[in-house]
Amino acid sequence: MRLTCPMCGARDRREFYYQGDAVACARPARDADIPAWDDYLHLRDNPAGVRRELWHHEAGCGSWLVVERDTTTHEVHSVALVEAPA
Amino acid sequence: MRIDGKGLIDRSKKLRFQFDEIGYSAFEGDTVASALLAAGQRLMGRSFKYHRPRGVLTAGSEEPNALLTVGHGAAQEPNVRATTQEVYDGLRVRSQNAWPSLKTDVMAVNDLAWPFLGAGFYYKTFMWPRAFWERLYEPVIRRAAGLGGLSGEHNPDTYEKAYAFCDLLVIGAGPAGLMAALTAGRAGADVFLLDEDSRMGGRLNAETYIVDGMPGSDWATEAVAELRSMENVRLMTRTTLVGAYDHGTYAALERVSSHRRVPAEGAALETFWRIVAKRAILAAGALERPIAFENNDRPGIMTAGAVRAYLNRWGVSPGQRVAVFGNNDDAHRTATDLIEAGVEVAALIDSRPDAELKGHAFPTYSGGLVTGSTGRLGLKRIAVKSDGITEELEVDCLAMSGGWNPTVHVTCHMNGRPTWREDIASFVPTPGSVPGLEVAGACKGDFSTAACLAAGAAAAKSALKELGLKVPRGAVPDAEDSPYRLSPLWAVPGKGRAWLDFQNDVTVKDIKQAATENFRSVEHMKRYTTQGMATDQGKNSNVAALALLADATGRGIPETGTTTFRPPFTPVALAAFGAGAQGEGFAPRRLTTSHATSVTMDAPMIEAGLWYRPSYFPKPGETHWRQSCDREVGYVRNAVGICDVSTLGKIDIQGLGAAALLDMVYTNTFSTLKVGRVRYGLMLREDGYVMDDGTTARLGEQHYVMTTTTAAAGSVMRHLEFVHQVLRPDLDVRFTSVTEQWAQFAVAGPKSREVLNDLLDDRIDNESWPFMACGPVGVAGVQGRLFRISFSGEHAYEVAVPARYGESLFKLLLARAEALGGGAYGMEALNVLRIEKGHITHAEIHGRTTAFDIGFARMVSAKKDCIGQAMAAREGLVEPDRERLVGLKPVGAVKELTAGAHLFARDAAATRENDQGYVTSVGFSPTLGHFIALGFVKRGPERMGETLRLVDHLRGIETEVEICSPGFVDPEGERTRG
Amino acid sequence: MVELSAKSPCAGLLPMTIGGVSVAEVDLGRLTSIAPYKGRATEAAEDFKAAHGLAYPAANRATGKDGSRALWFGRDMVLLAGPSCDDRLAQNAALTDQSDAWASVTVTGERAEEVLARLVPIDLRAAHFKRGHTARTLIMHMNGSITRVGADSFLILVFRAMAGTLVHDLKQAMEAVAARG
Repeated sequence: MRLTCPMCGARDRREFYYQGDAVACARPARDADIPAWDDYLHLRDNPAGVRRELWHHEAGCGSWLVVERDTTTHEVHSVALVEAPA
Repeated sequence: MRIDGKGLIDRSKKLRFQFDEIGYSAFEGDTVASALLAAGQRLMGRSFKYHRPRGVLTAGSEEPNALLTVGHGAAQEPNVRATTQEVYDGLRVRSQNAWPSLKTDVMAVNDLAWPFLGAGFYYKTFMWPRAFWERLYEPVIRRAAGLGGLSGEHNPDTYEKAYAFCDLLVIGAGPAGLMAALTAGRAGADVFLLDEDSRMGGRLNAETYIVDGMPGSDWATEAVAELRSMENVRLMTRTTLVGAYDHGTYAALERVSSHRRVPAEGAALETFWRIVAKRAILAAGALERPIAFENNDRPGIMTAGAVRAYLNRWGVSPGQRVAVFGNNDDAHRTATDLIEAGVEVAALIDSRPDAELKGHAFPTYSGGLVTGSTGRLGLKRIAVKSDGITEELEVDCLAMSGGWNPTVHVTCHMNGRPTWREDIASFVPTPGSVPGLEVAGACKGDFSTAACLAAGAAAAKSALKELGLKVPRGAVPDAEDSPYRLSPLWAVPGKGRAWLDFQNDVTVKDIKQAATENFRSVEHMKRYTTQGMATDQGKNSNVAALALLADATGRGIPETGTTTFRPPFTPVALAAFGAGAQGEGFAPRRLTTSHATSVTMDAPMIEAGLWYRPSYFPKPGETHWRQSCDREVGYVRNAVGICDVSTLGKIDIQGLGAAALLDMVYTNTFSTLKVGRVRYGLMLREDGYVMDDGTTARLGEQHYVMTTTTAAAGSVMRHLEFVHQVLRPDLDVRFTSVTEQWAQFAVAGPKSREVLNDLLDDRIDNESWPFMACGPVGVAGVQGRLFRISFSGEHAYEVAVPARYGESLFKLLLARAEALGGGAYGMEALNVLRIEKGHITHAEIHGRTTAFDIGFARMVSAKKDCIGQAMAAREGLVEPDRERLVGLKPVGAVKELTAGAHLFARDAAATRENDQGYVTSVGFSPTLGHFIALGFVKRGPERMGETLRLVDHLRGIETEVEICSPGFVDPEGERTRG
Repeated sequence: MVELSAKSPCAGLLPMTIGGVSVAEVDLGRLTSIAPYKGRATEAAEDFKAAHGLAYPAANRATGKDGSRALWFGRDMVLLAGPSCDDRLAQNAALTDQSDAWASVTVTGERAEEVLARLVPIDLRAAHFKRGHTARTLIMHMNGSITRVGADSFLILVFRAMAGTLVHDLKQAMEAVAARG
């Protein structure tokens, strides 16, 4: 498996750390109720198809990436930086 | 029998090798199979289940029968196919699965018991009594099963892995692959051509085709020479493409040294290649399928293509008197090749009544069938049935052909399913099965040489186009273009055993029985009969087996479908997958600057993550590690101890947003920390559980340096990047790991300041460096950093210098400490010291503990947001009944306490229902003279003074402990400030 | 007056030459990581150019001049090797001394690419990884930095504490390549 890091280019899977669903980007407000936090932390869809995931280019540039990937075909539709560099 | 003037072997280079301790001769270019056949040795192995005598069935890596063990002792390699093992001078190979000898194998009694041993025998027979399975049946069956064995010793061979990148990967160097590589190579593409064989050319080396006016093998040789002359083309022989993976990644296994008697110094036995290709062309050719008839497994019966390969490639006739049996036109050339080579052809038998067999000088049978054979250790006679008459023919070799199966396997590695093609009665790859991979030639069902050449060129052109390269014009060489006609014949009707899967001894009957017993799905049939489950993965038998299953279940072949071909295409040793990870290659070794000195002091080094840290520093006369540990604890409590703490993670944090970011990741507040001061910080995961802890120093208004635990340094760094990039990109902050920049040493004990003042450029005192002070210092003229922090609870410091000075500073510190009655202390003493103080480590913050559990609930500031704050406040995470941190001390005489033990009420049974908590850390406190422990107890802090039963079920230890405060020594912390 | 003596990361481990490929430790001088603050990359690059006379490298590129070298070192970071970093840069970037944090070696020889193909999962062939190209990637199991510094020469940086492992991994790869003849 390969991911094309927007900063470093196409790289082997072994350079990346897999975090999980990109829902982790949408942190609830501090005073959000517990169900909202539970949803954020624990409840995940398990789609057969395209999902958005968070990966970290740990052995490369160090960027956190949002990867759109199809779980049925393994096709990677897009890789984007969560935050553009300075 | 060797045929003069034929073959691509070098007859000027004669080699000697041994098979089962008997000497044979061979020529350079021979495989073990070709050399043994040349010597008339047809018997090469015994089958897996019935121990049937077997010879080669094929001439390639799909060989199911002739499996050998190469070499002796630790390096012995089992299940090597005689058809791919090249002969070198001095090679020693042994047959397998036979005792006492290949000719006389006592386990062949299984063959007499065959009526009882069909498919499902084991499942049905060894059902009960249930207890017998584990104790009796399985051990006995396991002993009887299996082919070759490993030595059981450490494998001395080395394996390597390597990466390769290319624009176009061409898999297989037969006519299609060579033509594809030539076309793309001439266009300047970056081409990687690999082939499983030691010689490129594929079937061109095994047939008598004329290509471009010359023998096909000559054309192949010229093509290879031209490719070798191109700088943009890389060629690899003896390299099998074993898997196709996501996004253009392919795995290939290269046999680097298996054809050499003595591998070159440092050379790997095999190299596991990971190849990344923008485009790929699969030109893996086709595999010929046998025909099932009674006793079709005798040594001497092989595929027709194999007979031609032995004849044309190796100059060997597998028999003196050969019969050919097929269901297609392609088989006929076997007879003509043999005749031209001067070998007697006993008969050409074609199952098709309309087969054109006229004009031959040997007997021919159209509409004929081979219905049986005789010859226990080698074929003697076959029975031929034609026009209702059965006659017996004396032959010592039968060439059979049931048609050809395109080698579709790799196209199925990414969940692709092949497509059935009725006209060739075979599965062909479904286009697009592997993104970026196109199939060409026989692999796609185009069997004539001309079609292969044209397909190779066309596939290369389409790849060039995809790559944005100029597509060249150019003619494809002339070659044979005979049509491929066949009529399916899977099994000749008959009563006896007709073999399908030679390696796992699966017969036509077994397939039918599976269908009868309702194992109708092809996947169920496979598991019930074990068809296709041997090392050849059913390459020789799958299509026939599922055709018979389709017949037995009244379905068509496409509806029946195939089982799933998974990587690897051919067997790959685990050592090759894990190449490079043996010994020191397993994981990086991270060594501190004091490592060499510690080793000189005989300190046993223990792993801490990737780091190595000294366990203790033994002194002469000490016979037990506890003696060393007690002494080292004493250094710190009474004089001064030195410990390398460089392994703790250190992260430099700078920027206007540095303070705000720290407030976000720590439960407590760092924006209020004064410059020149250090604070202990607690870090939670977002789900409210403790992630890590450590101290963070403020070096400047916008400059902090954070300390993490050794184990969590990497994950904390990743966490900081996550919080910054993903959650708080508004903060202007930058992180850099400086763990490796600084060599840092704890100087701990009442005399610590004395030691430091001897080395610091400017003397320090309690006023200038109070507890939790930090800042830059000169250390023997070098710019360093000093932190007054304490993990031991003593008056202590951590002093840091750039790592280049680490070793030197460690030695200086040691010398001074020793002069004051102290010295180095290791991990064991460090652990005892922190337990005495009730300080936690990852033994306590093991992923299931909350700030509340460790008594730090008040450290979760409510004045600001922080990671984990919301969830840490949940009811379940702060309920009083939770298991909470306490100290534990033995009741009565000093007894051993053990970490991992569980705690129960004194009068309760030691069962899970009564569990009150558990012990996390234990040490013998020389300061107190008895064992002490930390642990978690339900409502612990409310139960001070209560006596509990400690039970270590695993070690069989039971004792009584009293719950106490976790601070055993100096709970008020006066010594720290001293 | 006591004195601290300095030791280089690869002391006692290098140099080595196997099969025509040589590995040598290099003293790059001072190493400073320069991490421009939010929105100030342009200013930081200008400061850098003015202070050190070197172009501030773009992503995956390295620049160099007269004993100074600047390596792109990951997201928002450049590593200056050679001179001490000018303090003026501190107004637009976080500066961190890394002089002792990295083991630096050069791998040189006609077959250096072949050796590194056994350790590094990126395409290092000259057509794709030219002089002046740099990458943050893996060297066997280690995170590191690799830069082409010549037609047949690469500069590799890994964490100082892993110098021994770097030498071990390189040696094994060099022996395997040499053995292929």
